[in-house]
Amino acid sequence: MSDLLLSPEHRYAKEIEKRRNEDGSELSILNLGPTHPATHGIFQNILLMDGERILDGEGTVGYIHRAFEKIAENRPFYQITVLTDRMNYCSAPINNMGWWMTLEKALGIEVPKRVQYLRVIIMELARIADHIICSSVMGVDTGALTGFLYVFQFREKIYEIYEEICGARLTTNMGRIGGFEREWSPEAFKKIDAFLEEFPPIWKEFENLLTRNRIFMDRTIGVGAISAEKAISYGFTGPNLRAAGVDYDVRVMQPYSSYEDFEFNIPVGKHGDTYDRFCVRNAEVWESLSIIRQALAKLPEGPFHADVPDYYLPPKDEVYHNMEALIYHFKIVMGEVPVPLTEVYHPVEGGNGEVGFYLITDGSRTPYRLHFRRPCFIYYQAYNDMVRGQMLSDAIATLSSLNVIAGELDA
Amino acid sequence: MALETSVIQKKLIENFGLKVSDFFQQHDIFTFEVASDSIVEVMKFLRDDATLRFNFLTDLCGIHYPDYEKERQFAVVYHMHNWMDNVRIRIKCYLDGDKPEIDSVTGLFLSSNWQERETYDFYGIIFKGHPQLKRILNMDEMTSFPLRKEFPMEDSGRTDKDDRFFGRTSQNC
Amino acid sequence: MSDTSKYKTVDAPEGYAGEGFFATKLDSVVGLARANSLWPLPFATSCCGIEFMATMAAHYDVARFGSERMSFSPRQADMLLVMGTIAKKMAPILRQVYEQMSEPKWVIAVGACASSGGVFDTYSVLQGIDKVIPVDVYVPGCPPRPEQILDGIMRLQEIVKSESVRRRSSDEYKDLLGSYNIK
Repeated sequence: MSDLLLSPEHRYAKEIEKRRNEDGSELSILNLGPTHPATHGIFQNILLMDGERILDGEGTVGYIHRAFEKIAENRPFYQITVLTDRMNYCSAPINNMGWWMTLEKALGIEVPKRVQYLRVIIMELARIADHIICSSVMGVDTGALTGFLYVFQFREKIYEIYEEICGARLTTNMGRIGGFEREWSPEAFKKIDAFLEEFPPIWKEFENLLTRNRIFMDRTIGVGAISAEKAISYGFTGPNLRAAGVDYDVRVMQPYSSYEDFEFNIPVGKHGDTYDRFCVRNAEVWESLSIIRQALAKLPEGPFHADVPDYYLPPKDEVYHNMEALIYHFKIVMGEVPVPLTEVYHPVEGGNGEVGFYLITDGSRTPYRLHFRRPCFIYYQAYNDMVRGQMLSDAIATLSSLNVIAGELDA
Repeated sequence: MALETSVIQKKLIENFGLKVSDFFQQHDIFTFEVASDSIVEVMKFLRDDATLRFNFLTDLCGIHYPDYEKERQFAVVYHMHNWMDNVRIRIKCYLDGDKPEIDSVTGLFLSSNWQERETYDFYGIIFKGHPQLKRILNMDEMTSFPLRKEFPMEDSGRTDKDDRFFGRTSQNC
Repeated sequence: MSDTSKYKTVDAPEGYAGEGFFATKLDSVVGLARANSLWPLPFATSCCGIEFMATMAAHYDVARFGSERMSFSPRQADMLLVMGTIAKKMAPILRQVYEQMSEPKWVIAVGACASSGGVFDTYSVLQGIDKVIPVDVYVPGCPPRPEQILDGIMRLQEIVKSESVRRRSSDEYKDLLGSYNIK
């Protein structure tokens, strides 16, 4: 199909022509993507190459644009978690919880301490699942498939915990306004305990496999580096920014869901290169494990949801037998609950950085405007800057270390 | 919180006078309005001033208000964050409904590049001085600006879904 | 072969067995061979792709069904697994990938989005990949569990087993491709 090829008016075509006339060098164009096994998602990069070296790149995104923000304007508040699931599907619970917290902020709901702790547990599990994917796939992209196959079994264990809590594996749609839809079963806690027991030695082994591996180090150290100043200007947040040496973490800067109750470190890197990003993510997994342990140890007794009958759906058996519950059920489903006119912005620390929800309500059952701050979208624009002057194979390693999730990038 | 919102307000009014207005605290974020022609100066001041130090552009997005008066039908919202004092602010710029135009802040923050393109893609807001203002998420051939309220969510050219099965008949819609 | 072997073999197709010979239809033999060595081309775009990664990994292991090798090149693939939302911007690319595959080729639409657009009934999403390419098996779910994806592959194996070797040169097949404007 000719329309997918580069037109002769494109600036790269002109550049090739110019260089050929100047010194006879043969530059070439490489079209990386939109569907390419090494890109883990669909973005297109048109690379101007001098042999194996990348002179410049131009990214095209939008190949999986699903119009989340438009859908959100047409859906009642409680149906929007479904969209947040599918944004960063590697760590869906973080997005779910972030959305509920945004709503709770807008509606002025205080949630019980127990809910906050349970949320912390599930969010940290999600972070581990996210980092497992990123780190193991980085191994795959530098030629080490073993680690991937090995640690992926433990991501399955996390999925089993999700299943125990909400019934779904990947797109969890977990929680409700003010809490959870049901109490966590003892089986769920048993599974979390088992995970906390079994996972650390495996993760240690995985780290040993790669962290001091000569080949891996040669492939990643000094590759795709970005300075702290540039990273901040490009809007980096999360592990990618911390790898550049900036200790910005929403969990500490603006603690939500009782993160202030826990002791944890923010791992930071030094050079902002692929290796540092890998190490920061691995270190974060250890911190997450420690947070989960603390939360389980301190887990208070109490209800699993806030007492907000206006927004929290009553249990089904009560709806059938109790007039009041039926009325509330009806009111919530028909969208006749009071929603204040307000604007809120609520950030959470997602797997890849600050996930923000900017919600504008107009008193109706749907948001007037809901904007998602998607960290991937914002930092992926730095990619071409980061790979300029590097080898093609380094570009692949850089891309996988950034952990760009197409669903989040394209909204 | 080391940086009081009253300090921000005072400094801005001292330097920009009537260009900044409508200061108020909304939940945890201090919000104000900036005249659309001076957004670049205001943001540069917020970023570079020794006490304000809003070093990070968190978010940039557009809003469409078709029911407002014509000069205020579009808004561009900027969220900025001062990491040293941990203060967030929200800046709103209202734009004209027929000719939504605002200066690009790509010169101040590299991250605004794609966010402005996205806003252009969704709302058709022109960012003057943007290095490459073209659609980013949608196809280049698209003519509508999908997030404007007048455009429907669903694809109007659909043939695959029978409207009768979705409760939409010619009588009720 | 003795019954104590730890390897499991597929059953022989229907036919006549005698001393030192076995006679059956060419169709069945070719179908058997094709069905048990389907090389997948994972066209993963979003969430379902992550579930496919789980299907591929050790826990579920799609290799048990003859799909050991992920073929990322369309030329060497038999089975196109479309996993995830296909936006309108992506549709021509999907089509191009399909056209690049060599016959015989089969398509599985994994997940609600690939099958029908799923929850994304919006201006930017293709409402099902069968708008641009023919599909053999639809796998429901958002996203489907790995077991469901495996089930989809097994259903396709059934289709492949019973497919006539002449189908790809038949007029019906040409008409089918013609209706999608694929040569």
